[in-house]
Amino acid sequence: MIEYSYIIAFLPLLSYLLIVFFFSKNNKVAHTVSITAILASFVLSVIVFFEVLANHGPHIFEYEWISMPGFELPLSLYIDPLAAVMLLVVTIVSSCVHIYSVGYMHGDPRYPRFFSFLSLFSFSMLGLVISGTFFGTFIFWELVGLTSYLLIGFWFEKKVAADAGKKAFVTTKIGDLGFLAGLLILSAAAGTFNYSEVYHLIENNQIPVIFITAAGILMFCGAIGKSAQFPLHVWLPDAMEGPTPVSALIHAATMVAAGVYLTARIMSIIVVSHSAAITIAYIGGITALLAASIGLVQNDIKRVLAYSTVSQLGYMILALGCGGYTAGTFHLMTHAFFKALLFLGAGSVIHAVHTNDIQFMGGLSKKMPITSKTFFIASLSIAGIFPLSGFWSKDEIFATILHEGHWFLLVLAVLVAGMTAFYMFRLCFLTFTGKPRDEHAYEHAHESPNTMTYPLIFLAILAVCAGWVGIPWLHHGYASFVYFHHPHHPEPNFALMIIGTIVALAGIYLAYLMYYKRAIDPVKMAERFKPVYTFLFNKWYFDELYMGTVIRFTYWFMEVLFRFDQVVIDGFVNFCGKFGLFNSRIWMTFDVYVVDGAVNGAGYITRWFAGGLRRIQSGAVQNYAFVIFLGVVLLILFRMM
Amino acid sequence: MATLDHYLILSAILFCIGIFGLLTRRNAIGVLMSIELMFNSANINFIAFSKFITPEALTGQIFAVFVITVAAAEAAVGLAIVVLMYRNFDIVNVDNINFMKW
Amino acid sequence: MELPIFYILAAIIIVSALFVVTLRNIFHSALMLILCFFGVAGLYVTLHADFLAAVQVLIYVGAVTILMIFAVMLTQQLTGRKIQQLNDQPLPAALIILSLLILLIVSITRTGFEIADNLEPMPTVGTIGKAFMTTYVLPFEIVSVVLLVALIGAIVIARRE
Repeated sequence: MIEYSYIIAFLPLLSYLLIVFFFSKNNKVAHTVSITAILASFVLSVIVFFEVLANHGPHIFEYEWISMPGFELPLSLYIDPLAAVMLLVVTIVSSCVHIYSVGYMHGDPRYPRFFSFLSLFSFSMLGLVISGTFFGTFIFWELVGLTSYLLIGFWFEKKVAADAGKKAFVTTKIGDLGFLAGLLILSAAAGTFNYSEVYHLIENNQIPVIFITAAGILMFCGAIGKSAQFPLHVWLPDAMEGPTPVSALIHAATMVAAGVYLTARIMSIIVVSHSAAITIAYIGGITALLAASIGLVQNDIKRVLAYSTVSQLGYMILALGCGGYTAGTFHLMTHAFFKALLFLGAGSVIHAVHTNDIQFMGGLSKKMPITSKTFFIASLSIAGIFPLSGFWSKDEIFATILHEGHWFLLVLAVLVAGMTAFYMFRLCFLTFTGKPRDEHAYEHAHESPNTMTYPLIFLAILAVCAGWVGIPWLHHGYASFVYFHHPHHPEPNFALMIIGTIVALAGIYLAYLMYYKRAIDPVKMAERFKPVYTFLFNKWYFDELYMGTVIRFTYWFMEVLFRFDQVVIDGFVNFCGKFGLFNSRIWMTFDVYVVDGAVNGAGYITRWFAGGLRRIQSGAVQNYAFVIFLGVVLLILFRMM
Repeated sequence: MATLDHYLILSAILFCIGIFGLLTRRNAIGVLMSIELMFNSANINFIAFSKFITPEALTGQIFAVFVITVAAAEAAVGLAIVVLMYRNFDIVNVDNINFMKW
Repeated sequence: MELPIFYILAAIIIVSALFVVTLRNIFHSALMLILCFFGVAGLYVTLHADFLAAVQVLIYVGAVTILMIFAVMLTQQLTGRKIQQLNDQPLPAALIILSLLILLIVSITRTGFEIADNLEPMPTVGTIGKAFMTTYVLPFEIVSVVLLVALIGAIVIARRE
């Protein structure tokens, strides 16, 4: 089955084409086709997963694509345990989101289009996962970027949504440029795009370290853009203008994780190049802290989740930078489930109260029991509470950082864990407990339909259980499946587990005091730490900073270029035009008198001759006979002379 | 005693008269008649040569028979055309039938 | 004795032929044509071509000329239509024909023909018949087909649609 795993990716593409060309008017058929395709992909992914479980591989299958003398560019499949896990994660989350969307997008005028985009995204993401060459990865990388753009701007009537789509596209494109450059450097140095060959060359020290470092950092730029890491993290919160299922699928669980996936794929480079590894680890750490601190004070439910996503992605990058291949990808998997669950839960809330602002929610647990329970489970999981999945993956990351001995980063990571617990439970308490702050919205709130709650329940089960595959006492299940070079089994560090749990519980308790018991007044807290609060509330002024520097510079540069265009280019063009006009006048004169004269003269002469000659052509047969006999006479005369 | 030259000259005169008719007659039937005259002059030639040059073989006479046959066929087709012409254009004048110019 | 007969016949032929090409009434032309054909038939007799003379009378006088007269009657009003029967080129035509005639006579008189010795008359019908069935059987058959085709062609052309 593994050799046919490209079918997993192509089923959603088929669904996309079917919907676009045949079912673009039929809601029911569109979602049926789309869901069938992704469920089939899910089933196939399960089969592939078990095959890979039996034989770790990597399984590589090459297909000829571009073949020229001296240049070969094949497409290939590269199925290793990580790819198998990713296939499973992507298809599970995607299936849940597809089903959820049936309820969430109900009544939308562009309902079939939404499903076609979802299918296209699933195709791109699955293709990204199974691609065995850097080049193929890059193609699918851009495709997910495109679908992300399409889906963020799905409600393009709203200017904010259209702007957010543009912002996301342009911002990630900066990183993609780095990816492309890194890709080219690597292929120039290695002479191939294939993962396996590149790995082999790097491990045998056949590529200079300087190239490896440059390629590694540049490719990581792609990951920075796609995974919304500092300093390109600004697009992800804005991307929340898209439909919530999209946020759950693309901007929480899968696409943004593609950066992490890519970083894991270039693990060979990170291992070789110490400087690249440190850079990656620190960027991850900074991002985690930065995003978590902003998340503390935001009021938009989806934005809080978005900052949380950025922060958790920072965790993964941090782990990978510390060489924690297993830890980073493990957290990627568990995070995909509970973050998708959080987003879908948030979507369910928004669907009920028609607002994103948690200041207008409150007390919804009575109205929406399933949503609130699953949301709480997910929050506990992300906070890292024993024995939910978040606990195990976060612990694995801590252990990895400790193993590498980056004490500063470890403290930072633990701090972020506490902040995460705090802002998640702030969100929970403000949304689901206490008194309703907007009676009108509360009155109209209701539990979402089954198509929305079932995916929530399913994902809640995964959010609890998915981490159990990585429990150190259960034969290190995950670590002995997804590993780099050799399975690495650190001894369970109880001290670290206890510290992590205590910090998380402290965060939750603080949130409990502030937003449930109201023992500490959040408003007074904000007043007391007003500069800090404002700074965080305005997201460290990153948007303003970019607006003031990069964008203003761009505008200034644009102005300069505009002037340059106007004066120099336009001047030149106008001069060329005028010169051309002048020139053409001269030639026109020449044409009129000489060329036309010659042509007309030829015509006139021909006409004059013809006027004479046509008289001979009387059309009367007897004239012709006369000429014949004249000819006969002349012939005889000539013969007799 | 009439010699071969007598006959040939007579035939030449008849032939020329035929040509004159062919070139000048406006009536299509007249043209056909002129052609018959020319056929006859040719026949006179044939038979005169047969008589004076190959008296035993009679080749000229046999060719004269063929010529007569062809002339008869020509007359039949030609007259059919004339009749058709008259029916379609109401005229039998050749110089009015001058569609052969541009 | 022969020479006067030849001249008389020649005179008949030439005069009637001239009438044929010059008479204004096409019907009279046809009658003159008959006279001309008779003259030619007489000429054939002086050339000891008895079979040809008979054929001439039968086919030309009896068939072709009658056909012509029928055509004339089908296409013209007989009674005195004084329309011009010659086109606008009789003078150049006459000139060119005169020169042609002079050239022909000059070349005829210049050419020395090998005249055969035996000029005695002899019956020709049997010889011609044998020749048609032996030496000239293929042309004979072909000319029969030509006649048939001409017959059918004439009918097809002249038939009313």
